[in-house]
Amino acid sequence: MSLLTIESLTKAYPGVIANRDVSLEIRVGEIHALLGENGAGKSTLVKAIYGLVKPDSGKMFLNGSSFAPPDPRAARAAGVAMVFQHFSLFDALTVAENISLGLENPPPQSEVAASVRRVSEQYGLPLDPDRTVGDLSAGERQRVEIIRCLLQDPKLLIMDEPTSVLTPQEVGILFETLRKLRSEGTSILYISHKLEEIRALCDVATVLRLGQVVGTCDPRLTSARDMAELMVGSALHVPQKTDKPLGQVTLSVKGLTAPAPHQFGTPLKNISFDVQVGEVLGIGGVAGNGQDELVAALSGEMKVAPHMVTLFGKPIGNLNPNARRALGLCAAPEERNGHAAAPDMSLIENALLTGATRKHLTHRGFLQWDKARDFAEAIITAFDVRAPSATSAARSLSGGNLQKFVIGREIMQAPDVLVINQPTWGVDASAAASIRQAILNLATEGAAVIVISQDLDELMEISDKFAALNDGRLSQLRPAAGLTIEDIGLMLGGAHDMEVAHVDA
Amino acid sequence: MLMLEKRPNPSRGWTIATPLLAVLLTMLFGGILFAALGKNPFETIRSIFFDPLFSEFAFYYRPQLLIKGAPLVLIAIGLSFGFRAGVWNIGAEGQYIMGALFGAGVGLAFYPMESWIVFPLMVIAGAVGGTLWAMIPGVLKVKFGTNEILVSLMLVYVAEQLLASMALGAMRNPEGMGFPGSRNLAQYPSAANLEIISGSGMHWGVVAAFIAVIFAYITLSRHIFGFQVRLSGLSPRAAAFAGVNPARLVLVCLGISGALAGLAGMFEVAGPAGQVSIDFNVGYGFTAIIVAFLGRLHPVGILLAGGLMALTYIGGEIAQSNLGLPGAAIQLLQGMLLFFLLAVDVLTNYRIRLRIMEQT
Repeated sequence: MSLLTIESLTKAYPGVIANRDVSLEIRVGEIHALLGENGAGKSTLVKAIYGLVKPDSGKMFLNGSSFAPPDPRAARAAGVAMVFQHFSLFDALTVAENISLGLENPPPQSEVAASVRRVSEQYGLPLDPDRTVGDLSAGERQRVEIIRCLLQDPKLLIMDEPTSVLTPQEVGILFETLRKLRSEGTSILYISHKLEEIRALCDVATVLRLGQVVGTCDPRLTSARDMAELMVGSALHVPQKTDKPLGQVTLSVKGLTAPAPHQFGTPLKNISFDVQVGEVLGIGGVAGNGQDELVAALSGEMKVAPHMVTLFGKPIGNLNPNARRALGLCAAPEERNGHAAAPDMSLIENALLTGATRKHLTHRGFLQWDKARDFAEAIITAFDVRAPSATSAARSLSGGNLQKFVIGREIMQAPDVLVINQPTWGVDASAAASIRQAILNLATEGAAVIVISQDLDELMEISDKFAALNDGRLSQLRPAAGLTIEDIGLMLGGAHDMEVAHVDA
Repeated sequence: MLMLEKRPNPSRGWTIATPLLAVLLTMLFGGILFAALGKNPFETIRSIFFDPLFSEFAFYYRPQLLIKGAPLVLIAIGLSFGFRAGVWNIGAEGQYIMGALFGAGVGLAFYPMESWIVFPLMVIAGAVGGTLWAMIPGVLKVKFGTNEILVSLMLVYVAEQLLASMALGAMRNPEGMGFPGSRNLAQYPSAANLEIISGSGMHWGVVAAFIAVIFAYITLSRHIFGFQVRLSGLSPRAAAFAGVNPARLVLVCLGISGALAGLAGMFEVAGPAGQVSIDFNVGYGFTAIIVAFLGRLHPVGILLAGGLMALTYIGGEIAQSNLGLPGAAIQLLQGMLLFFLLAVDVLTNYRIRLRIMEQT
């Protein structure tokens, strides 16, 4: 039986058609995967279902009757709920308060708290309604969002990239919850680009490319590689790792300890590691376990005691970012818009942002715009950044293209040590592959690279050594070859006291 | 239904067109306001915007344009650095007063010695006075995290009290028959900020304003400091990543705006005003905030905006004396100008789209 039917939906934005003639059918009690690269039109499609975007043409039917929600409230009233990739929670409020804020007619706090307890037990998502959201892990925050949706008793639950913030064990628990929802007749529209997850969980997959449906398949019977090629439209390039001998120690971190920089930050606790010439060190961990703080301490945005960070034996813990760049240490933070790049500035100005020191783009304090433009254009060419021109504002680029620009900007400065946080976060598959290849090439050419990521597959693909960050502590470094996903999960701190859903309930 | 849609790139055309549109809207709604006050709107608008430049008495008003415009431009240029970096110095009026007091203090201390060195020393003292006054909110912000908006604003009232005390006490003219106010510096040749070309209104403050415009233009477009200022305003985290020291930036931005406001005060007290008096300050420090934004925080824009604002001051006086327009109506007109500018500013980054809602 069909729950939601979409017939030839089209939505155009100025200059780009986000969805062209998209047709889709979601049946009752089905987990339906929506697959596609960034910019393929997945977001626009789910926004149309959730009432955030009004399609230009096409029809939608929910339970056989016409469905055209003018706003999310109408969509929720019709039984559509959505868990966004980026949480919309207030750090300073409790779980129950946050959930009340999302309800149409919130009952008293005590009733909300009681229903949170009931739903969380029923679906194996333990959550204390009285805890402050700022103290929760990313996985726990996601549970707040999921429970907020479940309280509305949805017929269709939309989940946008739900596993990007979870440990492998937590992913397993989430899947149990979703399977239980399915068994109760709830349909789930599951958006992801992680093919193995889709194969493990979903009943049907619809693949979008450039706004059009390019295929439907049964993910249980289709190989991940075939799905990837359907998604990308061409054979996928797998990064090649070359075996090379490791050289001298370049960056050494000893007993790095730092207080949390702000109220909901994570203090760093006695972190020690070395990286060698030619090595890629992968640091895994669930978001919010000290990644941002570690990157800040390495890049120089957060100053620590001099001897805690040494580069070629020289203490640099108290140096500012530009002094570290001059010595050969570059970094690329996670957040592209507003941290690694200034969204309202042009690509030329963004090239200058970190490149001024090593590429000598200033002369006695005066900017050399010609050289900055050349540098920006060199990055655009070398890293295949799709941008109308170097004068385009950074915000006009898609996430993947801006990320290629940011990573390219650091790599083209030929650093001795490069620290990258989340190199391929929100980046399409082909861009991600080229970024990973560029990281491997940089290491082959004699740099040491530290990659911090929540994407464990990515870390296994490119790392020589692996360590896990958990609650501000770093585990022992272990050779990446031979580590199983279970080993890694345990290094990441297991499942954070979660339990598997009671499927019998 | 009207919808606002964010542009991928800011519109270049609208960046230039919005100030012009704001001026036209101000004329339109100002005219309606004047009509409601029982004045002929066309005549009033004409006497405010055109008479100072083109009437038969324009030879008298044109120099006034430079005299009124120069302090506005000088102060607004200084403020634009901080405003671009997200450092909100609202107390330029106080820094202007302190610059005047320091400058006049040095001048009066040398009286009646005649030497070429006096005026340059007064210029330096004026800049120092303004800078020191601006460093109070700066240091408090950097050390203790206080809000520079409140501290700098409140220091305006402290400066006003200091001005009154100086005019009535320490700096009072000993030969002034007990009247409040200092000696007239304009009558002390070594200290006077005289017109460079007689009858043109061109005094040293006007020269300083033009130099400041050029200096700011080069700094913002060609120097790493200007880049850091813009970056800090647009993306503070990216600025920290680019190696900008936020505390130093706050102090330098406040220092520049304080120095330029102090200079403006010093040139005013030694020239057009002539003496330290209780009512020396007339709100240039506050009006310069409007000028800075009207000029889109761009040096050339500020130059034009300073001229326009000076025009409304002079034209406003003409309209007051000739047509009996209340003074408050002129201030309302100036406020309207800023209001419309901010309102139409949205078009630079957004486009308006008409969207027809279908019935469901």
